[in-house]
Amino acid sequence: MLKVNDLSIGYGLSQVVHDINLELGKGEILGVMGRNGMGKTTLFKALIGLLPSWSGDIQMGGVELTGERPYRRVASGLAYVPQGRQVFATLTVEENIRTGLEATGQKKIPDDIYSLFPVLQEMRKRRAGNLSGGQQQQLAIARALAAEPDVLLLDEPTEGIQPSIIKDMAKTLREIRQVRNISILFSEQVLSFAMDVSDRVLVMDRGKLVDEMQGEELSEATMAKYLSV
Amino acid sequence: MGGYTTSEIATIMAMQGIAGLSLFGVFLLMALGLAIIFGQMGVINMAHGEFLTLGSYATYVVATMFESYAPGLFSYYFPVAIVLSFLVAFGVGYLLEYGLVRHLYKRPLDTLLATWAVGLIMQQIFRSIFGGRGVSADAPDWLQGSIQLSQMLFLSRSDLFVMCIAIAMTVIVAILLYRARWGMRVRSTTQNRAMANAVGINTAKVDRNTFALGCGLAGIAGSAFTTISATTPTAGAQYLVDTFLVVVLGGAASLLGTVASAFSIAQAQSILEFFITGSMAKVLTLMVVIGIIMLRPQGLFTLKVRQ
Ligand SMILES: Nc1ncnc2c1ncn2[C@@H]1O[C@H](COP(=O)(O)OP(=O)(O)OP(=O)(O)O)[C@@H](O)[C@H]1O
Ligand SMILES: [Mg+2]
Repeated sequence: MLKVNDLSIGYGLSQVVHDINLELGKGEILGVMGRNGMGKTTLFKALIGLLPSWSGDIQMGGVELTGERPYRRVASGLAYVPQGRQVFATLTVEENIRTGLEATGQKKIPDDIYSLFPVLQEMRKRRAGNLSGGQQQQLAIARALAAEPDVLLLDEPTEGIQPSIIKDMAKTLREIRQVRNISILFSEQVLSFAMDVSDRVLVMDRGKLVDEMQGEELSEATMAKYLSV
Repeated sequence: MGGYTTSEIATIMAMQGIAGLSLFGVFLLMALGLAIIFGQMGVINMAHGEFLTLGSYATYVVATMFESYAPGLFSYYFPVAIVLSFLVAFGVGYLLEYGLVRHLYKRPLDTLLATWAVGLIMQQIFRSIFGGRGVSADAPDWLQGSIQLSQMLFLSRSDLFVMCIAIAMTVIVAILLYRARWGMRVRSTTQNRAMANAVGINTAKVDRNTFALGCGLAGIAGSAFTTISATTPTAGAQYLVDTFLVVVLGGAASLLGTVASAFSIAQAQSILEFFITGSMAKVLTLMVVIGIIMLRPQGLFTLKVRQ
């Protein structure tokens, strides 16, 4: 589905992400694990087009995305849930979801969205800014799903969310894959969550992908050297 | 206040207040346009006044055409003129955004200078085509005369008409902003441009249409303006400062604020003008507005939400 070749990214003169190669299979859930400041967000922003890449290329189902503006990438089947959620605070919950429809031009919110996130249906007339952090995270995912993506990008979905809800989030992600048959690429620091959902994990260290593990190889022991501070 | 009795003052205030209604209409239409452009892109369009002038000349042209080619239909020229003024101003605004403003979004000072220059160029073009002296079309008969409210108070039909157009346009803009898809795009882009783009909204196109719509509203203001006064190349430029005041006082984020602010400033100027000179009235209004802004920098009305 998503294919990234030799991607390098930076800010100003300093390079932050180095020669990333990755390929996301259809229906695969792939995690990128790494500590704070390792370059996860930088990578995700470049994938959706919010940051220009220095070199390398990004393809979706064989279509070249490099250099395209973000909204064009969304139209090509990529959807993005940013770190910190960034819902539109003054818009209602329903309007937030509707912004995701812009990519497809559809008029109707897909049926599965409210069944995946029943709480959003209850709150659909509320302003998004008044939702709790966990609800905002669900809303950010719902907004991305409204664009009917083939690949969902999630940058640190568990950040600032309490452990009991992290469990639900993992369940929801698996449900999303099952209902939509889409691929998911997420970045994460919480090992238990990654163990719960991913088929495969890449490890990011100082801007480079340094290791790869299958989901079942993932454990405290194998990840210790990358995640412990 | 001089040798006036209380009841005389009340009558004078009422008269001036009624006279201020058309000013309110023009302020409101101008401020709506300026506010949606400023709210959306943070751009202050110094050529905004010239879009009023453009609308006025377009209305004048339509009136002249009707006079020569369809005199029998003359009384209906106004609706046609309003639509055409809007379209012309919208079109020119669209081109201005596409050709110039969009290249300067990250440079507010340059935008200010560039749009100011565009305003001067437009004034010169108007002067070359229509001459420096004012032109005016006869108002259709249904806009002439006035309605008597009491023994002393008359409301001219054209003033009433201007105010009605302004309020109707405000309602339309409100519906567009809060009920239509375009408004959802505008509001999400205003709030978080990068994220709006990353959820799939073509924000550059939203910018262009919003800019053009703001200019189109100034065009309608121009159309309305022809019922108040003759059109000169600098007719619109005179309203620019007042329009800024209205937007700043009302807070660019709030339609209701814009309405209230247009009303207060128009009324203040119109009423004060009777007692002191016009320019003193302006100075006084300006000082009060500055005072209010110092106390409430966000304008009188703002949206409150978390985050
Ligand atoms: N706008 C920016 N300008 C300059 N440097 C930046 C900018 N944003 C991030 N960086 C730097 O790039 C590096 C990677 O940051 P990034 O946000 O991608 O890390 P991350 O892995 O997402 O971290 P976290 O887990 O804290 O979200 C950091 O060293 C950071 O200081
Ligand atoms: Mg990050």
